[in-house]
Amino acid sequence: MLKRFNMKAWLLLLPAMSFLIAFTHWPTLKSIWRSFTWARSDVAPSEFVGLDNYRMLLDDPVFLKVIENNFWYAIGTVPTSIALAIVMALWVNSKIRGTSLLRLAFFTPTILPMITVANIWLFFYSPNIGLFNQLLALVGITGPNWLGDPDTALSSLMVMTVWKEAGFFMIFYLAALQTLSPELFDAAKLEGASAWRRFRKITFPLLMPTTLFVLINAILNAFKLVDHLFILTKGGPNNESNLLLYYIYETAFSFLDSYYAATLTVVMLATLAVIALVQMLLLDRKIHYR
Amino acid sequence: MKILSKCLTTLGIASIFGLSSVASAATDLTMYYPVAVGGSLTKVVDGMVEQFETENPDINVNAIYAGNYNDARVKALAALQSGSPAQLSVMFSIDLHELRNLDAIVAFDDIVSTDAEREWLNSFYPALMENGKADGKTWGVPFQRSTIVMYYNKDMFRAAGLDPEKPPTSWEEFVSIGKKLTKKDSNGTVQHWGAMIPSTGYPYWMFGALTKQNSEVLMNQAGTETYFDKPGVITALEYWQDLGNKHAMMPKGMIEWGTLRQNFLDQKTAIMWHSTGNLTTVKNKAKFDFGVAKLPGNKELGSPTGGGNFYIFKKSSAEEKQAALKFVKFMTSAQQAANWSKSTGYMGVGPGAYETQTLKDYVKTFPPAAVARDQLTHATAELSTHEAGRVRKYLDDAIQSVLIGQATATEALTDAQKQATSILRRYK
Repeated sequence: MLKRFNMKAWLLLLPAMSFLIAFTHWPTLKSIWRSFTWARSDVAPSEFVGLDNYRMLLDDPVFLKVIENNFWYAIGTVPTSIALAIVMALWVNSKIRGTSLLRLAFFTPTILPMITVANIWLFFYSPNIGLFNQLLALVGITGPNWLGDPDTALSSLMVMTVWKEAGFFMIFYLAALQTLSPELFDAAKLEGASAWRRFRKITFPLLMPTTLFVLINAILNAFKLVDHLFILTKGGPNNESNLLLYYIYETAFSFLDSYYAATLTVVMLATLAVIALVQMLLLDRKIHYR
Repeated sequence: MKILSKCLTTLGIASIFGLSSVASAATDLTMYYPVAVGGSLTKVVDGMVEQFETENPDINVNAIYAGNYNDARVKALAALQSGSPAQLSVMFSIDLHELRNLDAIVAFDDIVSTDAEREWLNSFYPALMENGKADGKTWGVPFQRSTIVMYYNKDMFRAAGLDPEKPPTSWEEFVSIGKKLTKKDSNGTVQHWGAMIPSTGYPYWMFGALTKQNSEVLMNQAGTETYFDKPGVITALEYWQDLGNKHAMMPKGMIEWGTLRQNFLDQKTAIMWHSTGNLTTVKNKAKFDFGVAKLPGNKELGSPTGGGNFYIFKKSSAEEKQAALKFVKFMTSAQQAANWSKSTGYMGVGPGAYETQTLKDYVKTFPPAAVARDQLTHATAELSTHEAGRVRKYLDDAIQSVLIGQATATEALTDAQKQATSILRRYK
C-alpha cells in the first residue's frame, strides 16, 4: 500500500522534477565540472586543469572589483528596500482614504520590466538633459554626472534598484500585516503602549517570517538582478559599477570563455548557498512562527 | 507568427511542386540577423528577402531576427552546435577572428567560381573589406556598415559668429571652435557644450578615430598584436582627455553613448561624434539647421568603419553554400545596397551603389548622406583581434580610467597593452 502511494507521488513529481533536473541541477553540475577544465576554443577538446581557473580569479583585478562592488551593492540595497517596504506596507495598511491608489503607486515600479525602467532612468540620470540635474539646476546646483562619475555610478544603480524593489517586498509585508490579529493591538493600546512600542514589540516580531523570506530574496536579487547594467553603465566607468553576474555574462558571451565563466558561476553559487544557509540557521531560531 | 510564416512557406513550396513538376527541390536557407529593436529595419530586410525569393523561386530564405550583434552570434552558434541548420548570418565585422577560431565560417574565395563572382568580391570599398579579410582571404562581405561622422548645429555656429559651412578640419580647429561654441551663463554654468565624444558603450571605436587621425593603428591585420602603448596612441588619448579637462569644451568624465543623440537634438552640445546610423533619426527630429562633416584630423583624417558583415557557415552543403552566395550577392548588389542605404542611413557598400539613380537623387537632396562615403578613403579597420571581447575591454577600461582621472594615459595604455599581449601570446 505504502509503496503504491510512493509510486504515485513520484509520478506526480516527475514533470516538475525532470524540468528541475534538466534546467537547474544538470547545468549546475556541468558548470562545476567545466570550471576545472579549459580549452583553446569552444570546438577544441577540453582538458582537466585542476584549480588553474580558480587561481586565475585571484590575479583578476576585475573579479576582485566586482566582488567588492557586489558587497556594497547588497549592503546598499537590501536593508534600505526592506525598511522602505515595511514603512510603505504600514502606510497603505492604515485606514486612511485613497490607500488603494497608494498601493498601486508603490507597486507600479514592480510591474515595469527592469529594462524599461533602466531606459527611463538613463534619461533621469543624464547630466545635461536629465530630470535630476534639471531639478537641481532650479535651485542653482550643478548636478553630477551620475552614471559617469566613479563616485556616484554604483550608488545611482542602488537608488534605482531600491525604488524598483521596495514595492515588490511591500506586497509581502502587506499580506502579512493583514493576517495579524487586531486583538493584540487593541490589548496593547489598552495597556497604553505607544505606536512605536506596539510596532517594535508586536508588529515587527510577528513579521519576522516574512522578513526572513524577503531578506533571502533581496540578497539573492542583489546578485541576480543585473538587467539595468546593460542599459545604464555596462559596468563602467572602468568597472566602478560592474557586478558579478554581469561580469559572468561578459566572460561567457563577449569574451566567449565559457570555462572561466563557469568558474565565476561556481563562486557565485557557493556565495549564495552560504548566505542562504547562514540566514536560515541564525535567524530561524529567533523567529516566532505561529 | 513564425509558425504561420513556416506554414505559408511550406504551402508555397507545395504549390510550386503542384504547379510545375519540373521544378527541382527548393533550397532552404536560414539566416540570423541582428536587429536590436524591431520595426523599420526588420521591414526593410523582409522586403529585400521577399524580392529575392520572387526572383529565385527555388530558394527560400528564413530570416531569424536576433537582438544585437552579441545575441545574433550567440544564437547562430548555438543553432549550429545543436545541429539545427543555419547557412548564413549577418554578424559583427570584428567577430572575424573568433569565428575562424571556432571553425564556423568559410572564405568567400572558396565558394565563388566564375569571374563575374570574383569581380563582385572586388566591388566593395577597400576600407570596408579590412575587417573581413584574414590570411589573404575574404571571410566577411560588407552589408550593414557605418562609420563615425561629425554632426554639428549650424545655428549655434552662426550664434557664435562662426561660418556654418566651415566645420573644424584639424585638431587645433576642433579645440578653438569647440571653445567658442561652449556657452556659459553669468554664473559660469554651462548652457551648452562645444562638443561631445561618447565614452561609454564603444569607447574603443571612438578612440580608433583619434588614433587613426594621429596616423596610428590599434592592431595588426592578423589580430595577433595590439599597439596600445605606442607614443602616437598615447598622445591621442591625452588629446581626448584634454578636451574635457584642459580646454573645457566637452564635459569632464564619461559621456553616455545612449543619451548623446538626445543631447544633440536638445541642443546641449554643438557638435557630436556619432555613428552614421543616426543620420536618418537626426534628420527627422532636429528642429534646427544641422550639418554633417568628416571628423577633424591631426596628421591625417580618419575614422574606423563599423557594423556587420555577411558570413557563410561551414556546416552547410555545397548546394546551400551556392544558394547563400547568391543571396549575399543579391543583397549587396548596387541597387539593393542603394535602397538599403537610403532607408537606413547605413553606407552603400560599393561605389556602384552611389552610381544608382536612387542614391544619386538622394545625395542631391540630402548631401550629408555622402559624407560617410567620402570619409571612407581615410577609414581604417575597427579594433578586431583574437580574444576580441577581452582585448576590447582592456582598451575600454583604460580609456575610461583616463577620462575619469584614475590614471594617466601612459599608465593606463601601457597596462592595457601588457594585458592584451599576454592574452594574445598563444595565437602567434
